[in-house]
Amino acid sequence: MTDSETKTLNEILSAESFQQVETWVRKYPEERKRAAIIPIMLIVQDECGYLTQDLMDAVADYLSCPKIAAYEVASFYSMFRLKEAGKYVISLCTNVSCMLAGSGDIKKWFEDELGIKPGETTSDGTFTLKEVECMAACGGAPMLEVDKKYHENLNVDKVAELIKELK
Amino acid sequence: MVSIEIDGKKIEAEQGSMIIEVADANGITIPRFCYHKKLSIAANCRMCLVEVDGVKKPLPACATPISDGMVVKTQSDFAQQSQKSVMEFLLINHPLDCPICDQGGECELQDVALEYGNDVSRFTEKKRAVVDEDLGPLIETEMTRCIHCTRCVRFGREVAGIRELGAVGRGEHMEISTFIEQSVDSEVSGNIIDLCPVGALTAKPSRYQARSWEMAQRDSVSPHDCIGANLHVHTLRNRVIRVVPKDNEAVNEVWLADRDRYSYEALEKSERLLKPMLKHNGEWKEVDWETALERTASKLNMTVQTDGSDQIAAIAHPSSTTEEMYLLQKVMRGLGSNNIDHRLRVTDFAWQKFEPLHPELGVDLSELENLDACLLIGANLRKEQPLASLRVRKATRYGDVASIGLYPVYHNFDLKHEIITDAETWLGQLAGITKYLYQNQDDSDKEQWADAMDLEGLEELLAPINIRDEHRDIAEMLLKGEKSSVILGASALEFSYAGHIRLMAKAIANLSGASYGFFPHGGNSVGAYLAGAIPHRGPAGADVEQDGQHIKDLFEQGKKNYVLLKTEPGKESVMGEQALNSLRSADFVVSMTCHADDEAFEYADVILPVASFLETSGSYVNVNGLWQDFAASVNAPGEAKPAWKVLRVLGNLLNLKNFDYVSAEDVRKEVKGRLSAVGDRIKPKWQCPEKLPRDGFSPRPVNMYQIDGWLRRAPSLQDTALAKGQEVLKRPRLSPFHNIVGGV
Repeated sequence: MTDSETKTLNEILSAESFQQVETWVRKYPEERKRAAIIPIMLIVQDECGYLTQDLMDAVADYLSCPKIAAYEVASFYSMFRLKEAGKYVISLCTNVSCMLAGSGDIKKWFEDELGIKPGETTSDGTFTLKEVECMAACGGAPMLEVDKKYHENLNVDKVAELIKELK
Repeated sequence: MVSIEIDGKKIEAEQGSMIIEVADANGITIPRFCYHKKLSIAANCRMCLVEVDGVKKPLPACATPISDGMVVKTQSDFAQQSQKSVMEFLLINHPLDCPICDQGGECELQDVALEYGNDVSRFTEKKRAVVDEDLGPLIETEMTRCIHCTRCVRFGREVAGIRELGAVGRGEHMEISTFIEQSVDSEVSGNIIDLCPVGALTAKPSRYQARSWEMAQRDSVSPHDCIGANLHVHTLRNRVIRVVPKDNEAVNEVWLADRDRYSYEALEKSERLLKPMLKHNGEWKEVDWETALERTASKLNMTVQTDGSDQIAAIAHPSSTTEEMYLLQKVMRGLGSNNIDHRLRVTDFAWQKFEPLHPELGVDLSELENLDACLLIGANLRKEQPLASLRVRKATRYGDVASIGLYPVYHNFDLKHEIITDAETWLGQLAGITKYLYQNQDDSDKEQWADAMDLEGLEELLAPINIRDEHRDIAEMLLKGEKSSVILGASALEFSYAGHIRLMAKAIANLSGASYGFFPHGGNSVGAYLAGAIPHRGPAGADVEQDGQHIKDLFEQGKKNYVLLKTEPGKESVMGEQALNSLRSADFVVSMTCHADDEAFEYADVILPVASFLETSGSYVNVNGLWQDFAASVNAPGEAKPAWKVLRVLGNLLNLKNFDYVSAEDVRKEVKGRLSAVGDRIKPKWQCPEKLPRDGFSPRPVNMYQIDGWLRRAPSLQDTALAKGQEVLKRPRLSPFHNIVGGV
């Protein structure tokens, strides 16, 4: 577990992504640069698929913050993935508004049709279902998010349509 | 100052203090878990809710600043109802396994639950269980018991400066964890055991050894460094079960270093020497005390008569008590020899006449945290004086710290300036700073220094020195600071031109108006100087007729007889191999030791079992000259006796005068009496060295868990990453500020 074994962030990321990282860091004063930890981890996740320990370590080193601080952030927010996920990660809100508007049916649809419960991935590796808390789109409940796009006012049929398109 | 009222009591208090601080200072109890006076305010347990007049919601006392005219009620129905509700929430996921929990009986949660908890739980759902962490050999975990107060997390970030624990996950899934498999490697990690208000973090070596109410509590002092940390020793049926800190703001605050806390293990976990041993025709055999001591006395007497008193020598470990060292030197000087020393890791004795009465820090330990500027020379504080390091870390909130040393070192505080030099140029670096300061002095200043320093020759000495930018920066830092200090650490004292280093450091301090001092080796080097366990001065700095030989000569020249007190020079002396050779070829060696596996069995002729630091009464004098005496916490095993008693009997057998002490206190009184008689006769002198040698040599630093026989034999400490040299050194430096400013 020596330090030399872990790659630094600019070795890991493409030039373009690393440039984005630097843009984010510049938005904060030097001694507060760790404030950029969330956007940076999102950039890393986008490029690498999910956050491994090495990746989180690299982010922590880059921002000169303790490694555990990076683990805390990554394990707190639901948009970070710490395990390998399917090609599409579907974040289904099951908070109060969505629950009242029928998110339970959609959850059941995933289980019946695709055979996945929240936290699981289809056997072909295409879809991962995640149960998340409110994503601030209660007006369009029930909703889910996939590929950074919100799909609102859903029902089972609309979800089936969406999945067919994605496939 | 504003006036507020708590529970009907009118109180004047500082504007801006929190309700809980004011209540604590006035003896009003408010229950709490996350609040701790030495840590930042988290306000996450909500246990300290109180009612404040005019506010509809209950307020957390730990995070509510007082204001003039505030009326606080901690016992009203509303307050108590709020506290009860919080308690109910906290107990939802707590396993309530008190009967098998080490914390049972001294648990803050248990105490508060008794007061505020309901008899019957309304929670019928499933409790959560949390997988335990493996935090290494010192700390046992039972994470299901954790109530997420985050004291341990905050301790790491704020006090220790090494953050290894964190709150991972969210909501119901939040856990206090290292996240990856990793031990907690800080040198002060054991403090999180005391901080933990429940039984989630407990001491691993003493797990299941005793219940808290069965143990007796005795006070003692730690022998491992010259801070003199105050200990509470918890014993059961003459066994030391564990050691916890005794609060003393002036010394150790509320903390202990891990080595203070766990070294007691050696008392039982090492093989103890139970009977005096005597080597007869190359075979070791057990004998009674009389035989062993008579043999020792007659051998010493014979050598003095046939070969002269300069053929006997005594070496004491600087963790011996003041009384032991005083009696040892009294025996030696009674026999006509000044050959006594304790400076096992010193190599340069050329300037010993210039030393003050005893090693001193020059600044109160408690003032370390208020320094504006601090220059560390050859100090790896975290390893050498862990608790002083925590203080200096606090100083970096508003002050600056600079370091000049031979090795790259991971400090748990930020350095404003750092020079890593080599043995050849070390003195030159110090001279650079001196020169800058000297050149920027007015003539009137120079006159002022003339009292303390003989400046003659300084100008010539400094002439060839170049002032570099970093020299100027450090000098300016010291000049600018109102409270500045120059402090030397172990590698400065071990350097082969330590005298020169000290002179230059002293010059820097004097010329910049800073205080000057150093941390000597071991727990009681100060006591050793006062007791006269040095060859060039008697007790209380008394003159000696003819200087004895210092430890280097004693080992280099080889003496006929050696008396060893609690030391294994082969492992502790910087001269290691050479020391062993001299001891092997000596005619007669007597060793007073606690251990049956002492290296003395290789070279000694008589080995005497003596009591350990927790088994004898005595005193240590810390680096501020603070005498701290203590009584034995437990009895010594077998026939082992406190060393002061052994030395007293030896004195009697040698027919020396005035050796009829009844207690260690008698001895202590005699030393103190001599001190008050002498007063401050010894003034440290300063004289300009003729040149700055470049052929210096520095011995390899010794591991912090190898410095004395107890630490070497404490199995849990030896199992740590620090002992094995496996610690992670590349860590981000964490701001010592609490919360708000720059926190992670």
